[in-house]
Amino acid sequence: MTSEPAHMNPARSFQGLILTLQRYWAEQGCVILQPYDMEMGAGTFHPATTLRALGPRPWRAAYAQPSRRPKDGRYGENPNRLQHYYQFQVILKPNPPDIQDLYVKSLEAIGIDTALHDIRFVEDDWESPTLGAWGLGWECWCDGMEVSQFTYFQQVAGFECSPVAGELTYGLERLAMYLQGVESIYDLNFNGLEGDRKVTYGEIFKQAEQEFSRHNFEYADTEMLFRHFRDAEAACRKYLADGEPKEGANDNRHLMALPAYDQAIKASHVFNLLDARGVISVTERQSYILRVRELAKACGAAWLRTEGGGEVA
Amino acid sequence: MPDLLLELFSEEIPARMQRRAAEDLLRLVTDALVERGFVYEGTKAYATPRRLALHIVGLPVKGQDVREERKGPRVGAPEAAVQGFLKSAGLSSLDEATIVTDPKKGEFYVALIERPGRATEDVLAEIIPAIIRTFPWPKSMRSGAASTEAGALRWVRPLKSILCTFGPETEEPEVVRFSVDGIASGDVTHGHRFMAPGAIKVRRFDDYAPSLERARVVLDANRRRDIILHDAKDLAFAQGLELVEDEGLLEEVAGLVEWPVVLMGSFDEAFLEIPPEVIRTTIRANQKCFVLRQPDSLPLEGRARVGVSAPDSSAVGSRTPTSNSSPQGGGEPVALSNKFLLVSNLVASDGGATIIGGNERVVRARLSDAKFFWETDQKVRLEDRLEKLKSIVFHEKLGTQYERVERIAALAKELAPIVGADPDLAERAARLAKADLVAEMVGEFPELQGLMGRYYATLQGEHPSVAAAAEEHYKPLGPSDRVPSDPVSVAVALADKIDTLVGFWAIDEKPTGSKDPYALRRAALGVIWLALENELRFELYGACASALRILTAQGRAGEDDPVKAELILLDLVQGFFFDRLEVSLRDRGVRHDLINAVNGAILSWLWDDLFMIVRRVEALGRFLDTDDGANLLTGYRRAANILRIEEKKDGRAYADAPNRQIIEERGAPEEKRLMATLEQAAEQSREYVKAEDFEGAMRALSALRTPVDDFFDKVTVNAEDSELRENRLRLLNAIRETMHNVADFSRIAG
Repeated sequence: MTSEPAHMNPARSFQGLILTLQRYWAEQGCVILQPYDMEMGAGTFHPATTLRALGPRPWRAAYAQPSRRPKDGRYGENPNRLQHYYQFQVILKPNPPDIQDLYVKSLEAIGIDTALHDIRFVEDDWESPTLGAWGLGWECWCDGMEVSQFTYFQQVAGFECSPVAGELTYGLERLAMYLQGVESIYDLNFNGLEGDRKVTYGEIFKQAEQEFSRHNFEYADTEMLFRHFRDAEAACRKYLADGEPKEGANDNRHLMALPAYDQAIKASHVFNLLDARGVISVTERQSYILRVRELAKACGAAWLRTEGGGEVA
Repeated sequence: MPDLLLELFSEEIPARMQRRAAEDLLRLVTDALVERGFVYEGTKAYATPRRLALHIVGLPVKGQDVREERKGPRVGAPEAAVQGFLKSAGLSSLDEATIVTDPKKGEFYVALIERPGRATEDVLAEIIPAIIRTFPWPKSMRSGAASTEAGALRWVRPLKSILCTFGPETEEPEVVRFSVDGIASGDVTHGHRFMAPGAIKVRRFDDYAPSLERARVVLDANRRRDIILHDAKDLAFAQGLELVEDEGLLEEVAGLVEWPVVLMGSFDEAFLEIPPEVIRTTIRANQKCFVLRQPDSLPLEGRARVGVSAPDSSAVGSRTPTSNSSPQGGGEPVALSNKFLLVSNLVASDGGATIIGGNERVVRARLSDAKFFWETDQKVRLEDRLEKLKSIVFHEKLGTQYERVERIAALAKELAPIVGADPDLAERAARLAKADLVAEMVGEFPELQGLMGRYYATLQGEHPSVAAAAEEHYKPLGPSDRVPSDPVSVAVALADKIDTLVGFWAIDEKPTGSKDPYALRRAALGVIWLALENELRFELYGACASALRILTAQGRAGEDDPVKAELILLDLVQGFFFDRLEVSLRDRGVRHDLINAVNGAILSWLWDDLFMIVRRVEALGRFLDTDDGANLLTGYRRAANILRIEEKKDGRAYADAPNRQIIEERGAPEEKRLMATLEQAAEQSREYVKAEDFEGAMRALSALRTPVDDFFDKVTVNAEDSELRENRLRLLNAIRETMHNVADFSRIAG
């Protein structure tokens, strides 16, 4: 590590922060995945977390996931809020007994000295109505700032997690702002270099924030989105049905849990866009959430009947 | 005698659960010991974010010996019965049993079971794991590889280790050996997560607590509270400031640290433009920090500072509130300081500078958000926010918040004259009262609802009463809450609560048992307190009927059928409200039977005037305390008893008025006098009741005392002459009727 150039320092470089976390969790035996190639509201939706949390097979993975929260867009004007940001996600299944220590050491790895900083675990139970999931845990504080969420998954897609997985989610931008000591996300140094070669977060993403805020709040084609929601829902159901083993086959395994789940992810994101456009009333809102949850549950059930879900032929 | 030390060391326990968990641990362990015949000298339980600990002093080393005789079957009973007896008594053959002869039952077997007291350690090793496995956490979880097993341990967060020692002071205590889900009990604990994470070997409580203290853990939550409070006050004092005390926050923060270190941070003075309640709520909710104020400034509660000139009070309407106890714009602002106190869990190597810097950053970001909300909210007038209420469903069957506001406004306008408010002002106040629900600030901090409405209403130049009503119409929220007195606030508060009650009654969603999800009991009590405190005269039934009419007119819910509508209203007013009135009067020490007696007397013309009822109850109570009252009650009872017996015997009622002619021609003098007094008392008491002079009504009744006493002394009711008898019974009935006009004396206990 000593030979690493200064611009890789997680306290100076946004990408240095991501790379340091990846390296740290790789050392802990995690597979380092790349972001899932679909729009989603949080890293938890990645099949590497949602689906892999189900079933008996041990699993350790870490990845950065772009997260889209259409409603959080602020046209690039709010220094703390984005409609597209990064989460760093770690899942350890079953959770090792020293998972809290591993987490604290990851903070040390990115330069947070525990003799100087006040690290605290404050009750914060997690529930995802759209995923039919819940767990107990904390928000992790560093000097009064929430820098991560820590959850022991108890249920996903309506199924008990067995074994229980530990999930860590780092809010990368917020963490980086603290480490770099900047007051606006857009001022983050992305590549850690100085002078001409310095690239800021704003240079990369500010335009996107402005354009997508316009899109999310004003122009997203709602008729098309309603259609996409219905299509994704129907496709999910179709693939779930199509993936059932042929009659008479003496293998009960499901054959298309993953493609079906992709459609559930899509439905969820489309719903978020419709919600941002303000075209879903309060009462309808509940029923849309319920529809996505039904998809997620059905996908979870199918996943449990795949090899990844622990089913053997 | 020996001591027990038990520590359950875990990952961070939610602050709100710690105190209760320590109490539960103490209760469960001591109950289990007592149940097994153990006594102890003293006990205390402790909780920190990472541990529950229990110390039991003076527990004997072994339990008491038990001698028990168990009766068996008779001699010569069937083999199956004998075998069952041997098995249950733990005997190998009948030779070990004795034979007892009973004169009635003959000879039968008796087993003498002698059990020596068990070693306390063994008992502890049995009960503690069972308690851990069934511990009553409000929420608990499985974790780790063991979570796949059926019956896996559930704890609030992963349980890491168990320390359990037992032994006398003079000797080396023993570890009480047991294990739960692979965690074996031992004699080791750990100190502060960061400052002293190493293992600590423990013998007993006497060295446990000091060792933890050295390892930067204050075991006792009350001590942590005291330290925080003391240090906070000291730091504030050093700056010439005062701590804004906050009991709930103190308790929570004491549950978030094992080693409290209070530090002071500050924020830009420019943020002091934001209302102080907002600053406090922001810093408290997000940061769990305390705010500070300039000395001698008033407490935050009940004050509303407005940063602009006093609103234009000539805007609308004509009435000036008679007793507006809450302050308005232009008053002296609450002098909050730009300093705040945070409680950290670390003695940092830089003296806390980094921690303070980090917290200041977050406070700054939060206050920037709050300032943004405060400023943007002011750009939209409250009336322009109403449209947004259309998209918020209040209740599926009762419509949106918008529809609800329409109803409340209509009702407030109707009720306004009753409470002495200007109808237009009341309507306007009701229309704006819920508008802040869609303000950004309230979206972020729901607990600021009402207060923000008041600020924004004041800033947009509303009449002070309209602004006050935005905050006050939610009140009173409980018996200790302030009851609004500004007529406009009262009108809106009544309309809000009555609309809610009538609405839920109309859709038949009443509270049942402990379930009252819409806080309808609180709403009814609110109406009662508003009426009593303000000495309001209004017909509750009529107000509820108006609310139902308004609701029905909206076409969503309600009741068109007048008969059904009356049933709904009667159930609400006569049933629910009366129960609530009873409860609230009882809480004030008013006799339950007197309330019933008064209620009984007015059933006929609808129970509908709260304040009048209370006055009547009070007058009745005073009357019964007098000689006349007590004697008349005795006479009343005598009359009622005779009537009851005779009516039952004859199978008929004597409800007709007495025949004056018979009395005049053949009646005893006492009878004549009673008749004359009764006629006078009946008329007078009726007049007094009509004029709501209850003291007068009681006085009128007291004239009956002597004639009634004389009547019973001298006159035989059950006369030979059946005509006379019937007439005398009618006379008794007339006594009863006359008195019932004032109160149903049959319901008075005694």
